[in-house]
Amino acid sequence: MKKRNWKAWLYLLPSLLFLGAFLVYPLIDVFVYSFEEGYNFASQTYSGTGLYNYSYVLHDTYFLQAVKNTFLLVMITVPVSTGLALLISLGLSSIKPLRELYQTIYFLPYVTNTLAVGLVFMILFQKTEYTDGLVNLLICSLGGSAVDFIDGPYWAKMFVLCFYTVWVVLPFKILILTSALASVNPDYYKAARVDGTSRRRTFFRITLPMISPMIFYLVITGFIGAFKAYSDVVALFGTDLNTAGMNTIVGYVYDMLYGDGGGYPSYASAAAILLFAIVLTITCINLLVSRKKVHS
Amino acid sequence: MKIVLRNLTKTFPGRKKKSREDVTAVKDFNFEIPDGELVGLLGPSGCGKSTTLNLICGLENPTQGQIFFGEDEVTNLAPEHRGVGMVFQNYALYPHLTVKQNILFPLQNRKGKDRLSKEEMEKRMKEAARLVQIDALLDRKPGELSGGQQQRVAIARALVKMPRVLLLDEPLSNLDARLRLQTREEIRKIQRATGITTVFVTHDQEEAMSISDRIVVMKEGVIQQTGRPQEVYDDPANLFVAKFLGTPPINVLEGYVKDEKVWLAGRPVLSARGIPAQEVLVGIRPEGFLLREDGPLACRMERVEVMGRDISIVASQEACREGGIRAIISAESAVDPHASSVRFAVKPAKAFLFEKDSQERIRARLQTEE
Repeated sequence: MKKRNWKAWLYLLPSLLFLGAFLVYPLIDVFVYSFEEGYNFASQTYSGTGLYNYSYVLHDTYFLQAVKNTFLLVMITVPVSTGLALLISLGLSSIKPLRELYQTIYFLPYVTNTLAVGLVFMILFQKTEYTDGLVNLLICSLGGSAVDFIDGPYWAKMFVLCFYTVWVVLPFKILILTSALASVNPDYYKAARVDGTSRRRTFFRITLPMISPMIFYLVITGFIGAFKAYSDVVALFGTDLNTAGMNTIVGYVYDMLYGDGGGYPSYASAAAILLFAIVLTITCINLLVSRKKVHS
Repeated sequence: MKIVLRNLTKTFPGRKKKSREDVTAVKDFNFEIPDGELVGLLGPSGCGKSTTLNLICGLENPTQGQIFFGEDEVTNLAPEHRGVGMVFQNYALYPHLTVKQNILFPLQNRKGKDRLSKEEMEKRMKEAARLVQIDALLDRKPGELSGGQQQRVAIARALVKMPRVLLLDEPLSNLDARLRLQTREEIRKIQRATGITTVFVTHDQEEAMSISDRIVVMKEGVIQQTGRPQEVYDDPANLFVAKFLGTPPINVLEGYVKDEKVWLAGRPVLSARGIPAQEVLVGIRPEGFLLREDGPLACRMERVEVMGRDISIVASQEACREGGIRAIISAESAVDPHASSVRFAVKPAKAFLFEKDSQERIRARLQTEE
């Protein structure tokens, strides 16, 4: 038994080395930086230690705006995209002809480049000197007035961002859920039919519990993904996110490191640790809830 | 509740790309299942027995024909309106629900005036659980039960609705050999206790013979023979039925009838009065051989297998088409395992004649050749 243990560790060694060097070490490093005031990369010096970095970040209006944006994004897009994906997957698995074609179509956005999609959304939503954009044309034709979705009011920008995020994350969720639905043994449905189970009850009492592990997986990865949103926001609103008021926590970290003023690794570290703490907390809550609700 | 199946036919559209021909799963099925009997649908895989069960259940609609439960025609009724309980091959117990919730599930589906009170449901659930002896397991999940226990839960779930008809699809195929023996007796007992007309599907002839009141032997969607197990075994309608029933299987030898005698390997073995001269296939049950030194059927001895209660002699004979002959004789008879040859006489009641081409039975009064 001992010998085997030794061998197992040997096999794990390469991945452990990589994980240690590129994940654990940086994590600890960031943690250390976050307590070192005014750390300077070039000279490798700092002026003192303490909680000042956290205090600065937590009082920074840009950071608070970023937290608000990120939370809004998470709370809106995760439930909406998961629910929509479930509806679409249910539809996809109930049609027979051309099912594969539809599945492919619904999966296409997944393999499309984020920035390219962002460009398309800009064209759809942006108001320029020459055109109001397709969506505004639609709104106007329905009797509304044009809104600038990219440089306009906050709710309009948030709407575009959520719309965009949902659209981008949808294909993967649909893929996972259609395969989850397909893996439910049809005998369960036959048994339900023989017992005269209504469609509603079949869905809520049989289908949903059966695919709940997959839904839960999507919710957790969805939460984590949305908390780490950055490239989508850049694709829509450009790199000057603070001015646009659309920054996210990851965006804030990036700006602190490399943005305009740049060069504040200590603040960036503190913000990164705060993000880590938030994601960890949410994931733990998810796990606790799922232990009660998810059938495994 | 008696079940009448009249001219039942089910065809499925062909799926192969080359031939779009319809596949006939069940063809012109006529059968009446008397009230309160246990009937086994028996046949090799792909013979249409499961389709027949699904037709009775209502999961499939027949292409042609009618189904009656008692006097009511149910041909076009949805399964839930037929009053059937079904036990699936893999039991289809909902894994996220406890045993209790699984059994209650069919009752909770009911709406309006059919819906029972909570206490009534609980009472029915307990009754069903007691009947199949799982009352101690009510709070467990199916994953925590053995195969046999899951089977019982599935039966309880089917019975809790008090169905008019109970249907079991391959009920024992997922159990190990020992549990199978036990469970089949259990099923028989439960069926007797409830008196519900029960149909079950199996490919295992021993299973069907051991507990059925009546068996239906099917092949390629067509009924080959129906009747009480012993009757079918003792009087098979054709070679297929004769071969399908019985373990070890019947021995088939090529022979001919001449001068009203059955000849095997150049010697008259049995007399067959009134049968015209022709080539025939002779089926002899393993227990139909008599070890006799002056017996007419000479075989080369291959080996002797001792099974305790009886002895199995495996021998070869040129008239035998498929490998060797297997004869089962009492363990008390003296067999010399080192002998090079062995001679048998044939019990007339255990031998059957079949037409060579159609493989249909030639009904003959066979007698020992004196």
